[in-house]
Amino acid sequence: MNGNELLASIRAVVGDDYVIAHREDLLVYEYDGSVDRSMPRAVVLPADTDQVSRVMALAYEAGVTVVGRGSGTGLSGGAITPPEGLQIAFPRMDRILDVDTVNRTALVEPGVINLDLDNHVRRFGMRYAPDPSSQRACSLGGNIAENAGGPHCLAYGATTNHVIGMEVVLEDGEIVHLGSMAREAAGYDLRGAFVGSEGTFGITTKILVRLLPLPETVRTFLGIFPDIDSACTAVSAVIGHGIVPAALEMIDALSIKAVQNVTDAGYPNDAGAVLLIELEGLNEEVDEVSGEVEAALWDTGAADVRVAEDDAERERLWVGRKTAFGAFGTIAPNYYLVDGVVPRTRLTQMLRKVTEVSERYGITIANVFHAGDGNLHPCMLFDAREPGVMESAMAAAAELMEECALLGGTLSGEHGIGLEKKEFMPLVYTDADMEAMQRVREAFAPKNRLNPGKIFPDGSYWRPSAHPAAYTAGMYI
Amino acid sequence: MVSAPDRHSDAGQHMGGGIDAGHGFPYGLPFEGSLNDGPGFAGSDAPAEADLYRCVHCGLCLSACPTYVETRLETESPRGRIALMKAVHEGRTGISDRLVSHWELCLQCRACEAVCPSGVPYGRLMEHTRAQVQDNGLQSPELGRLSRLFLKAALPHNRRLRLAGHLMRLYQRSGVQGLVRKSRLLGLMPGDLAAMEAQMPVMGRQFFEPGSQVFPARGEKQMTVGLLSGCVMPLMQGDAMRAAVRVLQRNGCDVAVPAGQGCCGALNLHAGDLELGRQLAKRNIDAFKQAGVDVVVTASAGCGSSMKEYGDLLRDDPEYAEAAHEFARNTRDITEFLAGLPLDPPSAQLPWRVTMQDPCHLAHAQRITEAPRQVLRSIPGLELVEMAESSLCCGSAGFYSLIQRDMSRRLQRRKIGNATATGAEVIASANPGCISQLEQGLQNAGAEAQVMHVVEILDAAYQAEG
Ligand code: SF4
Ligand code: SF4
Repeated sequence: MNGNELLASIRAVVGDDYVIAHREDLLVYEYDGSVDRSMPRAVVLPADTDQVSRVMALAYEAGVTVVGRGSGTGLSGGAITPPEGLQIAFPRMDRILDVDTVNRTALVEPGVINLDLDNHVRRFGMRYAPDPSSQRACSLGGNIAENAGGPHCLAYGATTNHVIGMEVVLEDGEIVHLGSMAREAAGYDLRGAFVGSEGTFGITTKILVRLLPLPETVRTFLGIFPDIDSACTAVSAVIGHGIVPAALEMIDALSIKAVQNVTDAGYPNDAGAVLLIELEGLNEEVDEVSGEVEAALWDTGAADVRVAEDDAERERLWVGRKTAFGAFGTIAPNYYLVDGVVPRTRLTQMLRKVTEVSERYGITIANVFHAGDGNLHPCMLFDAREPGVMESAMAAAAELMEECALLGGTLSGEHGIGLEKKEFMPLVYTDADMEAMQRVREAFAPKNRLNPGKIFPDGSYWRPSAHPAAYTAGMYI
Repeated sequence: MVSAPDRHSDAGQHMGGGIDAGHGFPYGLPFEGSLNDGPGFAGSDAPAEADLYRCVHCGLCLSACPTYVETRLETESPRGRIALMKAVHEGRTGISDRLVSHWELCLQCRACEAVCPSGVPYGRLMEHTRAQVQDNGLQSPELGRLSRLFLKAALPHNRRLRLAGHLMRLYQRSGVQGLVRKSRLLGLMPGDLAAMEAQMPVMGRQFFEPGSQVFPARGEKQMTVGLLSGCVMPLMQGDAMRAAVRVLQRNGCDVAVPAGQGCCGALNLHAGDLELGRQLAKRNIDAFKQAGVDVVVTASAGCGSSMKEYGDLLRDDPEYAEAAHEFARNTRDITEFLAGLPLDPPSAQLPWRVTMQDPCHLAHAQRITEAPRQVLRSIPGLELVEMAESSLCCGSAGFYSLIQRDMSRRLQRRKIGNATATGAEVIASANPGCISQLEQGLQNAGAEAQVMHVVEILDAAYQAEG
């Protein structure tokens, strides 16, 4: 089968309108939310599992690489398709097929937007807990590929804790079920292996997710601190009291400035850092823990502690947190985000390293992150048009990742490795570790036709091509 | 130390791809269509690099975009449209019919702009992009024809407009329209014309004319307000204009509707005719300056949004820059103005069930959603119910409904479905284009509800006091 025949057969499966093969149209499928860019050979937008399976079988037979794409909001290049590859995009598979209020589950297609699911099930008194910052746009299929997190994962865990079962299409087009489409599953937890496999094991076509009942009370605190050190101490104090808030976020002075430039989130402009803390549960429980949280904040040097009065105020506080990265655009034209994790007790130490690296390289670094689980997001802000600054930023990023590893942490809290960090893998894994991982992948995708070139270092330092202007004026996430 | 990946390496080098790299498309498959060598962006009105690269392609705008929500295609998304602009800016491709078709499907509703965390000025980017398309004569033939007919020949000229309005009213009210619609005549007209006939706005019973007269405040006068009469609104929605005057009078305003003003230029600007837009802006700045008003109020969200941007539009004009800035600062949407007053609440009950349709140029461009609701809530007995997707574009979008008929219809149906699902008997809006679009949509759906401007509802409540 030559290429034209392949495209013709794919068109016969999904219809002409949903095969995009003109280069001018492909210009908009060559990016995701990350810095990487590469134009796929064609993009297919299937409508159901059967179409996915048939398209994958055709591609397999023709020996073509396949990359899945949800909404294209990923931050590690997971949806970037190599130049010869076929991209399968899921925006059309966006149906919520079933909500089971008794067993508290929902059966959804992979293109369903995270926030749409959450809004949909709220009317039944339930919610979908993982809430990445991009939840307004990101898809559940993509959430599974990257094992996405979010502020509320502190109490409820990342995506993997909320996925019960999946229907998956393997590289040759075979349809299999992982985990359980009912509640219990016996045998190996293949579902667990699959979540976070970054699209290299298979393509998800249906997902059974776990829903949680809406809490009776939600209370959101804004702890205002004179500096980031005292805020870190407060984090330790809160957790040290045995309190597990639903969310515990830190926003430093620079990030506060950025956010307040774009929207009034209610963060005081002169604060050294703020903590956003959310408690959830039964009324009495929240009342009781609230006292402890407030005491811990005051004890560790808070300049002020505020409680959101109503939903609108609570919403405002969160909008600030969730738009912080976009808002960095008001400070510098480029940014590069490092997604690293350290044990919570090492937070202060890690942040000192960040300051030191920032000073040594002369690069501004903003910090806004999930403090509760030690998931840092130091974010380098710079203007890539200054000669040499890109190289410094990358070198600084490498040092920070090394430090994370040294402190007993890891490379990715929630964004995945993708292209972005594959060369850093040896910092935390030995060759034997990575080989073992590859063998697991081989069990799912022996021909490695799915999203190849990601996760594992291959010395190719593959960066998809891009016009230099994109890099001299663009942004790096 | 891990060295930085080489960001400028060529894509072709990627084949290492993991331990057992997959293979690409069978050798010899050409892309369908190459990147074209059409014209690039040029001149001082080209989209600015700083605006373009503010977009960090995060995708947070996708779910707010009506055309993306309907098509699920990235080519019809804000992020995609900006990516195409960037590609032209970077010289990777020229402007082609295909690119233009994606840009022209954009409603310029600016929902994307309102949710963008990076503050990308999408409205400005799109206006400048359209200007480049127009300069190169690459508009779609439909848009080209319409802009010659309306944007250049009609809207800017008050007299011609009124004449056309009279003819249309005659056509609609004399029964000729009924005859034409029953006859097979429409079938004989070229597609465009027949469709335009179907979309012809319903002319109001009575037109509203600007003049030198000042409508005096009732009670103690607080200030003098200039009311924009603009282009088509006095013709199509004279009733809403008169209601606006009465409501302002009732709330202590002398109301001037100075002659000499005219179309605000919004449609020209949206279509990319920045030059004509600037001329029209100057005409209005002069007219209201002469009238000596404290604020300029408009009952058309679309006009208000472009008037508030006059400062930006005339930034480089030595003579007008300052006046334009001041004019922009003193412009208010009428709902915004009323909500900012200590509004005199009506004393009579108006037991209506009302749902608010947020006009894009109010909700997204001016970020005003609370004011119209505040005005409505001030009316005793009125029940305000929210519809789903209240700020998703209704598909009117200026001339959009005449050019992108399919998309416009889809959004119209979606909007009417959401509005009628609330069981409201009145759909409130604040923009003439939306009002016509909703009226037609209700008619097509055979639905009972009525569409009214927010000030007409407030006026009805005042009238009910007897
Ligand atoms: S326009 Fe704004 S929201 Fe949309 S992709 Fe660009 S930066 Fe993100
Ligand atoms: S202006 Fe409206 S239609 Fe155009 S890209 Fe933005 S949201 Fe979509």
